[in-house]
Amino acid sequence: MNAQPIHFKPSEGFRARSKAVVDNPFLRQSFRGAMDFLMTKRAGLFPDPEELESLRTLGEQIRQYNLGKLPELLVRLEENLTKNGIQVHWAETPDEANEIILGICKKHSAKLMVKGKSMVSEEIELNHAAEAAGIGALESDMGEYIVQLAGEKPSHIIMPAIHKTKEEIAKLFHDNVPGVEYTDNVDALIQIGRKVLREKFLEADIGLSGVNFAVAETGTLCLVENEGNGRMCTTSPPVHIAITGIEKIVEKLEHVPPLLSLLTRSATGQNISTYFNMISSPRKAGEKDGPGEVHLVLLDNGRSQAYADEQLRKTLQCIRCGACMNHCPVYTRIGGHAYGTTYPGPIGKIVSPHMLGLEATAGLTTASSLCGACGEVCPVKIPIPELLIRLREEAFSEPHAAPAMRGQGAGHNGLTSSIWRAWGAIYGSPTLYRGFSWLASRFRWLTPRRQAGWTSVRTPIQPAPKRLRDLIKERN
Amino acid sequence: MSARDRILAKLKAAPNLPKPEPDVAAWFAGHRPVENTAEKVARFRKHIEFAHAEFHAVTPATWLAKLREVLAARQIDKLLVAEGTPHGTAALDELPRLGVECPTYDLPIEAWKTEMFRDTPAGLTAARAAIAETGTLILWPDTKEPRLMSLVPPVHIVLLDSTRIYNTFYEATQAEGWKDNLPTNALLISGPSKTADIQVTLAYGAHGPKELIVLLMGDEQ
Repeated sequence: MNAQPIHFKPSEGFRARSKAVVDNPFLRQSFRGAMDFLMTKRAGLFPDPEELESLRTLGEQIRQYNLGKLPELLVRLEENLTKNGIQVHWAETPDEANEIILGICKKHSAKLMVKGKSMVSEEIELNHAAEAAGIGALESDMGEYIVQLAGEKPSHIIMPAIHKTKEEIAKLFHDNVPGVEYTDNVDALIQIGRKVLREKFLEADIGLSGVNFAVAETGTLCLVENEGNGRMCTTSPPVHIAITGIEKIVEKLEHVPPLLSLLTRSATGQNISTYFNMISSPRKAGEKDGPGEVHLVLLDNGRSQAYADEQLRKTLQCIRCGACMNHCPVYTRIGGHAYGTTYPGPIGKIVSPHMLGLEATAGLTTASSLCGACGEVCPVKIPIPELLIRLREEAFSEPHAAPAMRGQGAGHNGLTSSIWRAWGAIYGSPTLYRGFSWLASRFRWLTPRRQAGWTSVRTPIQPAPKRLRDLIKERN
Repeated sequence: MSARDRILAKLKAAPNLPKPEPDVAAWFAGHRPVENTAEKVARFRKHIEFAHAEFHAVTPATWLAKLREVLAARQIDKLLVAEGTPHGTAALDELPRLGVECPTYDLPIEAWKTEMFRDTPAGLTAARAAIAETGTLILWPDTKEPRLMSLVPPVHIVLLDSTRIYNTFYEATQAEGWKDNLPTNALLISGPSKTADIQVTLAYGAHGPKELIVLLMGDEQ
């Protein structure tokens, strides 16, 4: 039922996957419509440009301040969570994280884990690992549930099933949920999901969730959601396991309100989400519900590599609102699946290389027009276009001895490099340039009609019959 | 070396780049109004009604009648209440003789989870406080009013004291010193459960309450 794990290189086949979406008018309409809707909603919630700008600056300062103290804060978070009775685990790799989570499941002889929305659990391919271990892993966020039923992966980090029409979902429910008549009424479809999943919340042994903010000074895990499935997963089953990247940490509780406001307004254009759930301990003596055990898994998976470089560290400021993808002209046209990575869109392009290595992701860094929209809307001011340029340099420069990133130089190609070197030499010397342009205009008839990727959707380029220099000379 | 030690070692080996501490208090002082009770009530109401909650202004003398009316309008004859709270006790005194069954949350959930999920149409809780800026209820579930009471029943009715509305979430956390006394679970609730996961079409009652009804307790007028 679950999607196959990513064993392929996301860069490979990226063009083919993109083209398939661009050629599909229904998918294009799905993404265009949804992204327009989300952009309009966000804009409506930031009517005052000064407020937006100063709040973004505050958000950036909060994230940078906390990243500046990351190792210290992680230790403090661990201390305070432990004091509160929450068990903390550390995982360097996805495999380690899965091992920890499935180990807890096995200790409790768990048969069913219900999952709240967690992109980190997607990142580690938890559903697949659980299935292989004979433990049911059921997504309970409506979008994630739909995507799981279809055997797919989320195409957007906030709106996982945005690529599907209600007719497709109607058919999916009719075909997969016993006793369900075909209906494409959205309210009815949601009630079908509610009914199925309520029974699962009732019987589940383990509840799994992500974390939006972990507060070091109080030892608190904060979750943002609208549906209530996050609260269900963290309250109803006897054991709650939360998983998060090591960067999602703030030192102080006072850092949470500004980030929460930026997150919900940027993500879905809501003043606040329906629920904001702050968990500071397992069930205490005398309390009548809530899990008896709460665990937190802290995952590195390449984040420490980004942390080691001052510029790349900014990648970790991200609060996962998805505004960059909503505003990205590339994402809007090709959708989330084309990228082949857990995190699609602009943020995916700058975070995935740390997780998967540039060997697997070099091509993705070029899937941008560098229009700058992503950087402009980022609620914590991550300079995404600058980071894309940096990653291109890392990916396509000649491999060297002390790389800042795994897979540095993976996209390097001797021929391309020589061409650019020659180009640089010609454009750096007036004499060479004069000679070159004279030859180019004289022999323009030699330019090939088919020019690699360029002519697949464009007319061929050709040097002008007369150089600018010649035209100016004729005028005088 | 454990994964913990390896991760921390990598982070500590990275350049130490301390950044100045942001002034959160100054931002809120400069960007959020401080309003009086009536203004806060109006702002709270505007936002929570926009989020599809039902709102009723009540007084100590009228709230039980309004509660009965709310239940009757939905033909609900069973309401989960908290024993040992003033409002729970009042409901227990009044409602059963009017034909509304009032089970209490007196046992750990393990003893009656199935009944909670399948046969509890409505729950009544108090809110600890509220937030005007976003139309948000603050709940700190405790031994008397546990966490699932405001989540599992399809209708959630909340009593809120009109003098307990803060301007912002930030103000609430500061005024009440949350950082030193957070409970097992602190909750912000800003409407009934909802989702827009199918074609960005908004639908209510995804997994939590389908309806949220706020009874705002004010003075006798």
